[in-house]
Amino acid sequence: MADIPAAAPRRFRRTHNVYLWFGSSLLGFFIFLAIFGPMLAPYDPTEQDLFALLEGPSATHWLGTDNIGRDIFSRILAGTGYTVSIALSSVLLAGIGGVALGSVAGYFGGKVDRVLSGIIDLLLTVPNIVLAIAIASVAGSSAMGLTIAITASFIPPLARLVRSKVIELKEEDFVAASVTIGMSHWRILLHHVLPNALTVIIIELSLNAGQAVLIGSALGFLGLGVQPPAPEWGTMLGASREFLTVAPHLIMAPGIAISLLVLAFNTFGDGLRDFFDPNLEK
Amino acid sequence: MLRFLLRRIASIPLVAFGVVLILFLLFKSVPGDEASFVAGATATQAEIDAIRIALGLDRPLPEQFIRHIAGLLQGDFGYSTTFRGNPLPHILSRIPATLALTASAILLTIVIGIPAGIIAGANRNRWPDLVISFSVVGLLAVPNFWLGMVLIAVFSVSLGILPSFGADSILSLVIPTLALSARLIALVARMTRGVVIEELRKNYVRTARAKGLGSHAILVSHVLRNVLIPTVTIIGLQAGYLLGGSVVIERLCAWPGIGDLMLTAISVRDYTLVQAITLIFVIGFMLINIGVDLLYRFINPRLRYG
Repeated sequence: MADIPAAAPRRFRRTHNVYLWFGSSLLGFFIFLAIFGPMLAPYDPTEQDLFALLEGPSATHWLGTDNIGRDIFSRILAGTGYTVSIALSSVLLAGIGGVALGSVAGYFGGKVDRVLSGIIDLLLTVPNIVLAIAIASVAGSSAMGLTIAITASFIPPLARLVRSKVIELKEEDFVAASVTIGMSHWRILLHHVLPNALTVIIIELSLNAGQAVLIGSALGFLGLGVQPPAPEWGTMLGASREFLTVAPHLIMAPGIAISLLVLAFNTFGDGLRDFFDPNLEK
Repeated sequence: MLRFLLRRIASIPLVAFGVVLILFLLFKSVPGDEASFVAGATATQAEIDAIRIALGLDRPLPEQFIRHIAGLLQGDFGYSTTFRGNPLPHILSRIPATLALTASAILLTIVIGIPAGIIAGANRNRWPDLVISFSVVGLLAVPNFWLGMVLIAVFSVSLGILPSFGADSILSLVIPTLALSARLIALVARMTRGVVIEELRKNYVRTARAKGLGSHAILVSHVLRNVLIPTVTIIGLQAGYLLGGSVVIERLCAWPGIGDLMLTAISVRDYTLVQAITLIFVIGFMLINIGVDLLYRFINPRLRYG
């Protein structure tokens, strides 16, 4: 107990970053499936075979069939694109929104900050998933509505993070130097302050992407996401719920697929954090 | 302490006002005619018009908002089509179930998460740590509702030892609590592990060891109290997850809480009810955070006197 290991050399931690290797490989695999999945699928993901209902895994249907005889393996492959693109686009949009709000509030301070921070703090009082559910119920059940709901629930925490990082960076000497040589504030913010905050933002976004997958699939499960017959994984789980007693195998493939994708984003984010800041203890 | 508490409580109405405004604007942007929704599909135009006037929907938006606020101050949350009137009593009657679920999830988190983190931290890089750290990474990736489905498939369908839905006995609480707390347990265990590793490097541990204290005594009497602060922090930060997650888990397990009611309201487009429940969630969230801050001051004297 209480052994004090010598800190690994920086280069070693970078090249032997298991999280980063594992996360990026798994993520790469999912992105490959998102693009080529529909072409690799052995069956049409919406094709029904009424002579093969609720079948278990077999040579013809690797992961079995659902309640109207659709091939689950093909549906998982075809569904990758939904989940991956919803997660990536909502995180990207939330990144743009959060950085814009947070950096303007943090850099300019004063009244602008008070108004923007007031709105951010207000939205932070609504629990993340509750906000997403409320927005999804208004925005309509579609991939678009889902993306809007997830994006909106991610912007407030991200804006707060960016704001505090920008306030910290604003005190650095290079900002004072840029002001002295007459550089405009927007230029300083965009070219000097934000690039220094980029690492923190990217790490946060990759961890948010895992959350986006979880929230998106939860909304799909609740019937507020992508609508059937689209093979979105959360929606598939929602549909298989009523067959839990007769065909419990239906829940395995979508659940494992979601978990692996979240695992990929999470480990990628953790790996990035280790890579950029090896001294940071998790 | 008292002044702090009063200031925090005084902020609730202010924030609630802001949230009410945002929700009001959000739900007014729902496409379609509100009066027609309330009247139902079979209503005649005359009936729809009568409802429009009765609910004040023919008035300009600012006036509707002021009426809405005035109603809220008197405990009137508006006209809910589900309950044909003010939904507040029906919402309140469902709160205990949600409280029971979230409270038992927090309890389980403390009972499992802290010991797991201590065991992992005290045995760093040995098999207990590897098993626990591996489980943490896994639990953080698993969707809570899917975990609940797997638990139902195993313990209700196959083994038949736990009820899969409803709230008939204390056993009904087992599956929803496990599904809801899994993520929190993982977060607390991970945080506790980090704190234990850090604390074990400190001088006071060496001193305790030098005076002849055993490993267990050091962990229990010295390190454990330092673990409490980050644990409370995590639970405070994740209170939003807990409330949001309860919505999904309540639906999965037909647990009769407000989250389940919220989803029913969405499915029948009863936006008054959705709005009211969201507001209740916000107030609950703020109350939990005030509670966490109080607890924080209680267990951390540096904050109390600082």
